[in-house]
Amino acid sequence: MIAPGTPVRVREDWPETRGRCHIRTPHFLRGATGRVDRHLGDFPNPEDLAFGRPAVRLPLYHVAFDASTLWADGKPEAELLVELYEPWLEVLP
Amino acid sequence: MSDLPERDVPRAMHDLGGVPRYMCEAIDTEPHELTDFDREVDAIRQILGAKKVMSVDELRRGIEALPEAEYLRLSYYQRWTRSITAILLEKGVFSEAELRAALETSA
Repeated sequence: MIAPGTPVRVREDWPETRGRCHIRTPHFLRGATGRVDRHLGDFPNPEDLAFGRPAVRLPLYHVAFDASTLWADGKPEAELLVELYEPWLEVLP
Repeated sequence: MSDLPERDVPRAMHDLGGVPRYMCEAIDTEPHELTDFDREVDAIRQILGAKKVMSVDELRRGIEALPEAEYLRLSYYQRWTRSITAILLEKGVFSEAELRAALETSA
């Protein structure tokens, strides 16, 4: 489990370039750095559910991002809160 | 300034968050009327879910797989019917021939 406040990086991975997939990690967040806000619970992996495959339950987090780190014209006070599954997160030192 | 690298990776049609061309358009948040067609499609999806024939995650995957031109042309619930049809064909619930025959009978 990743503790609240932990800095994380969203994996820079592009499954949509490798064939059929269903992913819930937005394009604009791949490779972005944020901070875990809180653990929301464990849920069956939608990437497997989308193909009718058996799905393991994965921890889902609210991760906070500073808009100014995502877009050049993003306002520093604007915070994005996005639901992301644990395999998409790399814990930063 | 952004510390992210340039994004030249193609994006899926539904994954539009942060795309500049939508930044100047106001979002229509007014509730809109559902048609009988919309309600029927929703009912079909609910029955398929309740009977464990297909999940909402599979529905989403089918919508996301629509070619861009189709995706933009179709209404919200028309996209659902395309996805439901593709998933049920994929699962072998009915065949292309059976679907064609059913459509001809109902026409």
